[in-house]
Amino acid sequence: MSRVVFLEDRCKGCRLCVAACPVQILRPSGRFNHHGYEVMEMSGTCTGCASCAVMCPDVAIRVFRTAKSRGHAA
Amino acid sequence: MDARNLENLLRPAEGETLVFDTNPVLNERLTHYCPGCLHGIAHRLVSETLHELGVAERTILVAAVGCATFTYDYFNVDGLEAPHGRACAVATGVRRARPEAVIFTYQGDGDMAAIGMAESLHAANRGERITSFFINNTVYGMTGGQMAPTTLLGQKTTTTHDGRRMDREGGPVHLAEMMAGLDGVAFAARCALDSVKHVREAKKAMRKAFEVQLEGLGFGFLELLSSCPTNWHMDPVAASKHIVEAMIPVFPLGVFKDKTADSPSVVQKEGVPHA
Amino acid sequence: MNPVERILIKGNEAVAFGAVDAGCRCYFGYPITPQNEIPEALSQLLPERGGQFVQAESEVAAVNMLLGAAACGIPAMTSSSGCGISLMQEGISYMAGSHIPGVLVNMQRGGPGLGDIGPSQGDYFQAVKGGGHGDHRNLVLAPSTAQECYDFMFRAFALAFKYTNPVMVLGDAIVGQIKEPVRRVPPSDAVPGEELARLAAPWRMEGYGQRGAGAQPRLLKSVYLAEGALAERNQLLAEKYEAMRSECAWECVDVDDATLVVVAFGSIARIARSTIRRLRAEGHRVGLFRPVTLFPFPSEALRSLLPGRRFLVMEQNLGQMVEDVRQALFGMPHVTSDTVKWHGIMPGLFINADELREPMMQSLKEVR
Repeated sequence: MSRVVFLEDRCKGCRLCVAACPVQILRPSGRFNHHGYEVMEMSGTCTGCASCAVMCPDVAIRVFRTAKSRGHAA
Repeated sequence: MDARNLENLLRPAEGETLVFDTNPVLNERLTHYCPGCLHGIAHRLVSETLHELGVAERTILVAAVGCATFTYDYFNVDGLEAPHGRACAVATGVRRARPEAVIFTYQGDGDMAAIGMAESLHAANRGERITSFFINNTVYGMTGGQMAPTTLLGQKTTTTHDGRRMDREGGPVHLAEMMAGLDGVAFAARCALDSVKHVREAKKAMRKAFEVQLEGLGFGFLELLSSCPTNWHMDPVAASKHIVEAMIPVFPLGVFKDKTADSPSVVQKEGVPHA
Repeated sequence: MNPVERILIKGNEAVAFGAVDAGCRCYFGYPITPQNEIPEALSQLLPERGGQFVQAESEVAAVNMLLGAAACGIPAMTSSSGCGISLMQEGISYMAGSHIPGVLVNMQRGGPGLGDIGPSQGDYFQAVKGGGHGDHRNLVLAPSTAQECYDFMFRAFALAFKYTNPVMVLGDAIVGQIKEPVRRVPPSDAVPGEELARLAAPWRMEGYGQRGAGAQPRLLKSVYLAEGALAERNQLLAEKYEAMRSECAWECVDVDDATLVVVAFGSIARIARSTIRRLRAEGHRVGLFRPVTLFPFPSEALRSLLPGRRFLVMEQNLGQMVEDVRQALFGMPHVTSDTVKWHGIMPGLFINADELREPMMQSLKEVR
């Protein structure tokens, strides 16, 4: 399974990643970073398409893809 | 999440490839932009493009005034501040002093299409070998949501309380089309930052906008439709939807001029000045 | 002096020759009378030497092009007059705030507004008090001959790079248009181009790759929002303006035995000089004090002429430099309200030496 890593200190809680995810596996986590922004979490099977990272204005997401995953990066 | 945990997460496991990462031209500073502001995406695209072209070490950024005033804080390139609207004039001076440098301006709609309209169009008309990025989000962000030259008809701002009116404020300025009409412009396009598809298109157009400079063809211009969740009083996701629903119908996307060799337009290659 | 070395040119052309000989590489400007010979000459001279000439779409654009080129550490300049210089104030303020060495020439014309194209010294305040927004000062040089137009361009670039500050050469329609012999030889205070480049090396815009491995990106800016940050920057400016005092320059003519000293600069100084020569021939004890730097104002040199002398300020405006003269002498022993008199000439008028005779005679009578 591919995965995304949130650099939570960079997150501003805008949720553009949540909206961008084609398989809808991202969601608000209920946790807040030291800026006071609610950070996101992954729950489900990631395809490694990196849509979330492409749409993140704060470059707060890294994407790791496994060979078997489908999808393509920016 | 503690730092050690993050470090572990950022280490690729067996069979994993890091397919999305930042790049060395974009520094690690967190931007001052509001949550959901698309300046951050534009910054990343510019930095990636400079990195991929391998020109960052000879790049000089000329910053504008507005939300983009502090653009230079986020790029690992030499940065110069310009007075409000004058970035293209300042960039002209830099160009004439440093023929070997790669030069770009990064300007908002108020900066480039209102107070700096003259400097922008004339630099473009001279065919200055510079690349300009025009962030159009239809509103003055930094000063608190006043009318911009690109404000849509009917759009409410803090200086058009009942919405912009054609008979009072005139209509939104279409800068990409105006740029395309100038002989010195080698590339003029409008893209949007609302979605993955449009962002990928924007990246390609951005590369073109730099390439015309590197190839000495003239002025490179790229308008980027962006949002302002704060002054539009929308959440970021709704704001991006608004780009598609309200802005693109008024500001059509596309390449309005392209003088590069692989340009699909035969007409331009025959020398007709207006795309 | 070898007569071959002297060429007959206008003050404006002398500015252009002086600029290229001093190492100017870029010119940006917009046409305005009475200084058009400057861009016209430089549009030929600079490209011949591998330099750049740009006719800008406005003075606003021109001064910002200057900002851009000067920020790269390249000797660059603009020129204009009156209303055009007003339009440049934004860029001048930004250059001062960002510590960028722009050179500007103002061949003053009559104002306010569109005024006329005759001589004037009405931009004195604008030039020496800053002119743009915020606390900033220009170094101001006031040539009174075509020769000085040539020579002062060298000093202008040297000072601009020494202080990373705007320098203004303040002439007028007479200084710019008068045609006289000029010796086209670098003056003794000329600074070689390599030295200017050396001075610019620590701050110029060039791309970090030009500075070798591990070089950090640079930033030139004037905005400092963090609390206390702007105060620090302005403190730097204050110290710089204080240091500029060492650049004070002036000329004294026949002051040793004078009871009356005329204080005048630029074209009015040279006209007054003729009047003084005639009055001297008649036995009157009158001399001339001519500030060459208007900022910094040569206050100490003026004070050294106290006591025992009175001063008559003559200038082509409604009373501007007289304030700096009074300020220079304020509080000194024996200085009274009669110590400094003022005679103004209306901007736009072409006067001759005879017209300055009467006010000088009047003041001489009061001295007795």
